[in-house]
Amino acid sequence: MSDGRPLLEVAGLDGWYGDFQALFGVSVSVAAGEVVAIIGANGAGKSTLLRTVAGLLPRTDGSVTFEGKDLAGVPAHRRVALGISLVPEGRRIFPSLSVEENLLVGAQAGRPGPWTVAAVLELFPMLAGRRRSGGGRLSGGEQQALAIGRGLMANPRLLLLDEVSLGLAPIVVRRVYEALPAIRAAGTTVVVIEQDIGQALRAADRVYCLLEGRVALEGAPEDLDRDRIAAAYFGVRA
Amino acid sequence: MTTATAAGPAQQVEVERATTASRVGAGLAVVAVAVLGTAPLWARTSVLRTLIGFFTLLALATMWNLLAGYAGLVSIGQQAYIGVGAYGLWWLSDSAGLDPFAAAPLAALAAAVLSVPVAVLAFRLRGGYFAIGTWVIAETLRLLVANVSQLGGGSGVTVTAVSAYDRQTRVYLTYWLAFAVGTGAVALAYLLLRRRLGLALVANRDSETAARSLGVDVYRVKLVVYVVAAFGCALAGAVIYLNLLRIQPDAAFSVNWSAFMIFIVVIGGVGTIEGPIVGTVLFVLVQETLAQYGAWYLILLGLLAVLVALRARHGLWGLVADRTGISLFPVRRRLKPPPAPAPAPGGSP
Amino acid sequence: MTTANNLVQGLLLGGLYAMFATGLSLMFGVMRLVNLAHGDFAILAAFLALVIVDGTGLNPFLTLAVAVPAMFLLGYLLQRGVLNFTVGGDGLAPVLVTFGLSIILQNLLLEGFSADSRGLDAGAIEDTSLALGRLNVGWFPLLTLATGAAVLGGLQLLLARTRLGRELRATSDDPEAAQLVGVDHRHAFAVATGLALATVAIAGIFLGVRTTFSPALGPTRLIFAFEAVIIGGLGSLWGTLAGGMVLGVAQTLGAQISPGWGVLTGHLVFLAVLAFRPSGLFGKPVTT
Repeated sequence: MSDGRPLLEVAGLDGWYGDFQALFGVSVSVAAGEVVAIIGANGAGKSTLLRTVAGLLPRTDGSVTFEGKDLAGVPAHRRVALGISLVPEGRRIFPSLSVEENLLVGAQAGRPGPWTVAAVLELFPMLAGRRRSGGGRLSGGEQQALAIGRGLMANPRLLLLDEVSLGLAPIVVRRVYEALPAIRAAGTTVVVIEQDIGQALRAADRVYCLLEGRVALEGAPEDLDRDRIAAAYFGVRA
Repeated sequence: MTTATAAGPAQQVEVERATTASRVGAGLAVVAVAVLGTAPLWARTSVLRTLIGFFTLLALATMWNLLAGYAGLVSIGQQAYIGVGAYGLWWLSDSAGLDPFAAAPLAALAAAVLSVPVAVLAFRLRGGYFAIGTWVIAETLRLLVANVSQLGGGSGVTVTAVSAYDRQTRVYLTYWLAFAVGTGAVALAYLLLRRRLGLALVANRDSETAARSLGVDVYRVKLVVYVVAAFGCALAGAVIYLNLLRIQPDAAFSVNWSAFMIFIVVIGGVGTIEGPIVGTVLFVLVQETLAQYGAWYLILLGLLAVLVALRARHGLWGLVADRTGISLFPVRRRLKPPPAPAPAPGGSP
Repeated sequence: MTTANNLVQGLLLGGLYAMFATGLSLMFGVMRLVNLAHGDFAILAAFLALVIVDGTGLNPFLTLAVAVPAMFLLGYLLQRGVLNFTVGGDGLAPVLVTFGLSIILQNLLLEGFSADSRGLDAGAIEDTSLALGRLNVGWFPLLTLATGAAVLGGLQLLLARTRLGRELRATSDDPEAAQLVGVDHRHAFAVATGLALATVAIAGIFLGVRTTFSPALGPTRLIFAFEAVIIGGLGSLWGTLAGGMVLGVAQTLGAQISPGWGVLTGHLVFLAVLAFRPSGLFGKPVTT
């Protein structure tokens, strides 16, 4: 799989959220097959980073390279076709589409791969009984599962999960994370934004910590101790 | 944590509205008002008639600007109130025997009263559907008038009560009334926007939800603006027909009035006090020079309005103001920066 | 007997109004955009048919084969080239731009075709009728209603059953999330406007066969379409057909009282619905 070149290379990225600059020279590198977690306090720029990679925020400086291809000027819907899938914060399920239709619309980009409606329903059995339900009638956990399933339907090489456990009960969060190995086994690289630092350290191969729009810390979980993480997270010298 | 660093100089920050440009503007405005206010002393009747058209259009445009530019109410039914003003003028003077110049403001008052139940209905619709809804209400009034023979039916009525005045006195009085309505509309808009209601309006225009959460009674603010605009349009309508005298439902209730208001405000600059003035001047010039080309002048104005709406949200005046920072009628408060302090240690721009 | 006859005529007329309303509803549903030039596009299509009929001698119904795709293309390009720049933002721009377009279209048609009333001659179908007991129902009004129902039903199927329909509904729900699943929302918007103009082209040509038309007729068609939508209830396609029928009946019965009262009665029924049932006769009541 690995040809030594990272799957995603973000270099010197400045990002704006409206008129507000949220990212300052951020560089992030993700190798194929990794699970990378991005942590950081509210307003650290985590979502802006993922939204910029997904192509939703037009105004950027610096470069985003995916599979060696510079993504400058590529609109969001075309990045999906290239193999980047963002599961947005707040799930953003289409309420007037049924569960099955939400999944089908996820396959809009037409990329071939292992993920089909049946495969997603196998991964998230909680959705299997609700195929015909309206997307607006699901519980929070079901919505999150559906949002991830919808993202997988594009058969992405890179799956970006924004605030995957926000507002979910711990047991539901556990179930969502239990799906990660299967997603990874299918050949998908995952970048996840996680509020729960413990969860992030358990699930990820590498962690980036953002602080006020800059990368404050980067490394494998086993190389990072609590004090360094706390310092990078809160911006205080421990 | 900016308060600590700003503690010293912050006390020198002043909130101001007047700027040098606005003082120059005020001076120019005084001169313009003095020259135009005395127009009957120096202008020919044909010029006075053009100026009557100018001032009534200015009043109409300013009212539409209040509605759309500040209250977010895009009406294409303001001709309802022009018609009510016109027919009110006729009925109060020719049937009820009032002096026509006194009848005009009374007709406008009647329109304001009528506008309250109309608003209750129309406010149930939003955005583009509100626009069509106001248009339907104007059409309803047009058809009602056209079908009631007591109101002259489809062929209309003539205001005959003005024959109590000789022709010249009538033109002078109509001119001064038009002048008062036009300048009064601008002054009213300026005062409204300077007061608390103005802040509420701007908050509402920028974000209705945010305005509501700040305790602004959005519905009441919109209602006040709608009623004021109805009054203004009806008064302008009455003055227009003091000049024309012959009132026909298809003309008085014509959607063209709304088209004119929209073109003037959009091209001049929606959401600015100066915009309607600039737009009205331009519109009257275009009308005087291109009217003989019939439909083409409307096509031209339409194209210009579409272009401006797409490319320059605050119109021609907005382009001028953005480049020069000029504001003749400053309605927003701005922080006056403190005088530059002596080089501060470690200070960064 | 006249009343019964007028009632039937009004119901059938509802099919035409529903055809006018479909595209207005679709554009609003997909991108919250109210196209104030909607009626003028119907008249444009009628004139397009007239030009083809004059040039080739074809039956007006056959011109649909050219006019409908042409109007779809025009709608697609209009959305991509102009209206996409007005979506989002403060909501002022779409109203101003489409109103400006309405004035431009009306006056261009006026320059090109003069203010004279014109008509499309569809031949014998306009004069033949079906005797139902003592009622005489014209074949053409029946065809109009059937076409209106077919347009609505076809659109309903397209939205509910096809990949394109899913794309349009997803874009309507959340344009940004739609981009994240690979939908080009600007393309989806343009397809919606294309479909809207295609349906209103059918309506315009049926209008041209039914009655005479002139460049200034667009705004009243817009108003009738709007009234059908609101009377029926926003967001309900079959409600729109019913709303069109209510409007049609109100107009024919009003005109029976006095010719000048037809359109006026329609307006009054619309205002009554707005006053007493603002969510429309068949829309879901607004909760909270």
